[in-house]
Amino acid sequence: MLSRVADSLYWMSRYFERANHCARVLEANHNLMLNPSKLSTEERWHRITESLGIAPAAGGIDPHNAMVKLTSDAGYESSLAFCIAESRENAGQVREQISSEMWEGLNSLYHKVTKAGAKPETDSDPMRLVAAVREGSYQFHGMTDATMNHGEGWQFIQLGKYMERSCALPVLLDAYFSRVREADTLDWVGLLASCAAFESYCKVYTAELRPDSMAEFLLLNPEFPYSVRYAVERMGAAIAAISQTSFTKAGGRIERIAGRLRASLAYAQIAEIMIGGVHRYLDDVIKQCNSLHAAVHMVYIDYPIQSALEA
Amino acid sequence: MSTPAQFAHLPMPAPFGDYALGPPYDEMFRANGRPRTHYRNLYTQLLNLPSEELYRFKKEADLSFFNQGITFTVYGRAEGTEQIFPHDLLPRIVTSSEWATIERGLIQRITALNLFLADVYHDRRIVKDRVIPGEIIYTCKHFRRQMQGVRVPRDVYISVAGTDLIRIPDGRFVVLEDNLRVPSGVSYMLTSRKVMKQIFPALFRKCGVRPIEQYSQELLSTLRSLAPEGRSTIVLLTPGNYNSAYFEHAFLARQMGIELVEGRDLVVHDNTVYMRTTSGLQRVDVIYRRVDDDFVDPLAFRADSTLGVAGLFNAYRAGNVVLANALGSGVADDKAIYSYVPKIIRYYLDEDPILDNVETFLMTDRAQRDEVCGNLEKYVVKAVGESGGYGMLIGPHSSREQQAEFREKILADPRNYIAQPTITLSAAPCFMNGRIEPRHVDLRPYVLFGEKATIVPGGLTRVALRQGSLVVNSSQGGGSKDTWVLQN
Repeated sequence: MLSRVADSLYWMSRYFERANHCARVLEANHNLMLNPSKLSTEERWHRITESLGIAPAAGGIDPHNAMVKLTSDAGYESSLAFCIAESRENAGQVREQISSEMWEGLNSLYHKVTKAGAKPETDSDPMRLVAAVREGSYQFHGMTDATMNHGEGWQFIQLGKYMERSCALPVLLDAYFSRVREADTLDWVGLLASCAAFESYCKVYTAELRPDSMAEFLLLNPEFPYSVRYAVERMGAAIAAISQTSFTKAGGRIERIAGRLRASLAYAQIAEIMIGGVHRYLDDVIKQCNSLHAAVHMVYIDYPIQSALEA
Repeated sequence: MSTPAQFAHLPMPAPFGDYALGPPYDEMFRANGRPRTHYRNLYTQLLNLPSEELYRFKKEADLSFFNQGITFTVYGRAEGTEQIFPHDLLPRIVTSSEWATIERGLIQRITALNLFLADVYHDRRIVKDRVIPGEIIYTCKHFRRQMQGVRVPRDVYISVAGTDLIRIPDGRFVVLEDNLRVPSGVSYMLTSRKVMKQIFPALFRKCGVRPIEQYSQELLSTLRSLAPEGRSTIVLLTPGNYNSAYFEHAFLARQMGIELVEGRDLVVHDNTVYMRTTSGLQRVDVIYRRVDDDFVDPLAFRADSTLGVAGLFNAYRAGNVVLANALGSGVADDKAIYSYVPKIIRYYLDEDPILDNVETFLMTDRAQRDEVCGNLEKYVVKAVGESGGYGMLIGPHSSREQQAEFREKILADPRNYIAQPTITLSAAPCFMNGRIEPRHVDLRPYVLFGEKATIVPGGLTRVALRQGSLVVNSSQGGGSKDTWVLQN
């Protein structure tokens, strides 16, 4: 597979997942913010941006404007509109590699998002957009699995999706666990809803929302798709599959980095993590993901020609 | 030129309203207003369809094109540069005997032009025998001195041609232009067929339309026949996704199952071409390039090109990679050389041309130039090296200022222009805003030439969507129709 193509598939998928994640966080918080809380609107918005890894806006926040900006401002790098446009842009460069169904799905989602962005007049409009992205994302994942060869290209799509998730979840968790004491029940519901995790969590721990149980669930649960461990496992599987289809020797190096991260999540115990500090642990996960990303880029995408000719 | 007085307004049944029949050949109707035999099935169907139904079909078709992202890019306009390719709902129908003539004529033409190119870049017998003046060849914008003496596989220079045919008032097809460099549009032919089958399944069954879906396989085997023995990594080289035909490049690569590469994906080392893959560098044997000569290799041609691959030309000359079409094949579709094609056919094949040319005046010839410059309102003037409807003057539809501007241009650089009498293209019924009206059309079949010559029965029928307009280029507000070649 062409390196450029692999790169585009990877970024198509990452941006798509980013939009998806952002949509989920916004939807969860929008519903909660309709309830009164001891936190001010600004403090709550501050946590939303923090949980998305966005630098807080200076000055006062107007909730409606902030929501519109995060959903439909195509010039703003963290908005849904921007991420969907970037995802489509990357897909457009490799249209022959993805199935027509995937392209058509992404294309029509893009048109929906840009068209809606043109006139966000009422309060409910941004939320309709958010819902469209969420539904569109389930469809897109379904089509990706059902209509595309599960070959190397598909693996790069998986890698992009789970890499993005592995990077985004720790940021989200950090925003909540750095202020465990201030949070009330509704905030925790918001966290779970941001990961579409409420029902799944209750099945395991019942509706008793204990911070350490939630940390355990969202960090270490091996079966829930929006847990860090699950995302890292899938990412590792994609990396192993890619390394098997391509014959690059350096593939082993990447597998080693991925394996270390997998092991650290697989054998960790939540009590230890809580004692050592959740923030430090999450930070370490993000650092390892970044070095994994850099290694993938160096081995498969942007390798020096001379070394490839010698091989 | 036709004036409104010459148009007959015969009473026509409902959806046709006041469909005007005039001096141009009408694809569907005889002069007496009755449909031609091969159009009867369509005609009956249209009479029986309520117009809301046609509207619904039209919407369905447009939506299908939109969702598939079948768009093209118009250069030179800042906003709305990506547009859906406008598509007309009604098929253009060609009989099997008309097609047989077209097919024989095009195969004869591409065979002769390939022989011509091999001669131009080797012995130049045609110049020595004084059939074509040498300076016309050497002054061609697309003549590539670097190709002198370079052998290409099977002596095939043109593997893919998209020849523009028009139908003149007496009903014959004639050649308007040979597009021999990187002709595009074939993806519209293929996708529009797919859409039409969804919309008119019954009509397809009734008419017996010959299939065109095998085009991609035929193209692949044509390219494969140029590959060296035992090596067959074929790629399609695109300028990238900002190119107006990018949709088509991606479409064809996917249909053929080959890699779609950009210049930055390729590297040349030791006169061998490789592509960068996730498994390291992989050798490339045949490049179906959709990049113009000028941009293929910044070392050999335009140094400012970022679309090409440094060193590609040397690898090509060393015989380590095949390019299709060959570099330098643009000489043969220069519009001044075009006027010599009948002579070229007679010279190499000793046959009379099956398809005629449109009469063409060379501006390098003094008498012809004076005639044209004195009567610019009668002629169509074209720049010889341009395509896509750019750089041309349509005399009857031009202002005095435009004529004066072109007169100056011609006098300043006569070699760069040719003129042709204004020809009225044939008209075909189109569904325009609820009514069926005639619009001018041409026909671009796609000719493949490798081990053998192949033409899938059909082509792109391009439509001048504005009433009365003769310009069918998609960049100038043209659209397309599906072209049905009947079985018998």
